Amino acid sequence: MIEIDRLVKNFGDFTAVNDLSFAVERGQVMGFLGPNGAGKSTTMKMITGFLRPTSGTARIMGLDICETPLAAQRHLGYLPEGAPAWPDMTPRAFLDFIIRIRGLDKIAARTALGRAIDMTELHGVLDQPIDTLSKGFRRRVGLAQAIVHDPDVLIMDEPTDGLDPNQKFQVRRAIEEMSEHKAIVISTHILEEVDAICSQAMIIDRGEIVAEGTPSQLAARSRFHGAVTLTLDTHCKAQAGEALAALANTHIEVTTRGDETSLHIFADQGGLEPTALLAQVRACMSKHAIAPRALALETGRLDDVFGELTRKARPLAPRFEEAKR
Amino acid sequence: MNTLITITRREFASYFSTPLAFVFIIVFLLANGLATFYLGAYFAVGQADLTSFFMFHPWLYLFFLPAISMRLWAEERRNGSIELLLTLPVPLSAIVIGKYLAALAFSTLALMLTFPVWLTVNYLGEPDNGVILASYLGSIMLAGGYLAIGSCLSALTRNQVIAFVISVVACFLFTVSGAPLVLELFQSWAPQALVETLASFSLLTHFRAITTGVIDARDVMFFATLIGVFLTATVIVVDMKKGEGA
Repeated sequence: MIEIDRLVKNFGDFTAVNDLSFAVERGQVMGFLGPNGAGKSTTMKMITGFLRPTSGTARIMGLDICETPLAAQRHLGYLPEGAPAWPDMTPRAFLDFIIRIRGLDKIAARTALGRAIDMTELHGVLDQPIDTLSKGFRRRVGLAQAIVHDPDVLIMDEPTDGLDPNQKFQVRRAIEEMSEHKAIVISTHILEEVDAICSQAMIIDRGEIVAEGTPSQLAARSRFHGAVTLTLDTHCKAQAGEALAALANTHIEVTTRGDETSLHIFADQGGLEPTALLAQVRACMSKHAIAPRALALETGRLDDVFGELTRKARPLAPRFEEAKR
Repeated sequence: MNTLITITRREFASYFSTPLAFVFIIVFLLANGLATFYLGAYFAVGQADLTSFFMFHPWLYLFFLPAISMRLWAEERRNGSIELLLTLPVPLSAIVIGKYLAALAFSTLALMLTFPVWLTVNYLGEPDNGVILASYLGSIMLAGGYLAIGSCLSALTRNQVIAFVISVVACFLFTVSGAPLVLELFQSWAPQALVETLASFSLLTHFRAITTGVIDARDVMFFATLIGVFLTATVIVVDMKKGEGA
């Protein structure tokens, strides 16, 4: 449904997006991850036809966004970064305008409007000017605008940025509800969000893909993947450390926070399998009569992978805004 | 066509969402009245026509219309809503024309509200209402020219103040090139052909011609071409910016 074909975008000498290709199918939610200035927004602007790529293109439902922009944009719903709208309009007038522009007929328009308002829970603020609304409501107005015509493809740039936890939850739930029948791309730098709603994830840095896969596949690239984390009372730390020292081919990292200490036990190269390691740690604990608060096998940490892949030493890239000038 | 109307309607309504529109109209009417009755010495002239009313329009428009056109694109850019607008399945030309028509409709409305002047002159004497009608049409065309120039320059920047200033300067050049003062400056040394060419590029020359009551096809063509050129330029500028990423 969405095909990104070797997209490149240069701003002067600065390459914002470098040879990006990927595809998103119906039913998939692609999470677009990356530090600020990695090229997430630039990519989305090109997919939606706001920016012209330096080379490469994007196809929406097989329609080339550069060659047949209007036909492609008909299938698109887009929430730009910051959810811009016309501040003087009310959500009702704003959505009505979008519906007219999108050419929905009268009956379709009424159901579409009702559905979009229900989904984003805008009932209470329909007749207040948008600039008097809270950030959360404004974001939801932007979301309603993007979904009102029930598009096949939905592109959302940081849909939950700046929302409080309840609002984030609502927006995520709305995305999940829709995901079955659409191809969705969201950008975010909130990693838990990727776990929560994305079926696919991609980490980009300096305009290039540095990792892609399902969220759990990505997390598995973490050095924590397969490690065992043992959480216990801080006063038991030394005792536990001694006990675990007996395990062959492992090393331990310790983090202490107040009266709680976590020991991360890593199997060294050629060491134990994760499940065997877990069993051994458990056996070791019961042998020394230490009662852990928690004992768990790590599946990996997305934030760790993210940091690893994007925090590598690099020359300072010019910020996007500067590069544009 | 439907989308064009939708865009024009939204734009037009947006003028009235703030008190700015009313302030604008009131100030415009006051300035018009002052110019007509003090500078134009309407009563002292003692003629039953609106010459002293229309003669100031080019100079009033010079400042009032860039104030309308400056926001056409610069505001969308600053506000980010340009991203919304340009990703809707609408041809760019429809957006450019829709915005322009809304601005023109708004300035025409302001102009129409000067009708008491027309009532006054009809009360006081028996003016040639044909000339007055032609002058009103000429005034709308003049406004159309200024707004088209302003639309194009507004698309160049995200700063409304810059858009305003460069529009005033550009409109000034397009006006003053036909003013007697400037033409005399050239007349002493330049060949007649050059002076005439210069004058023919002036909105002032063509507006004055129409206010005599004669709607000459050449004058109408001039305004139509000017508007067409600058609206096309607006489309080109907005499209160019798509490549730059502004």
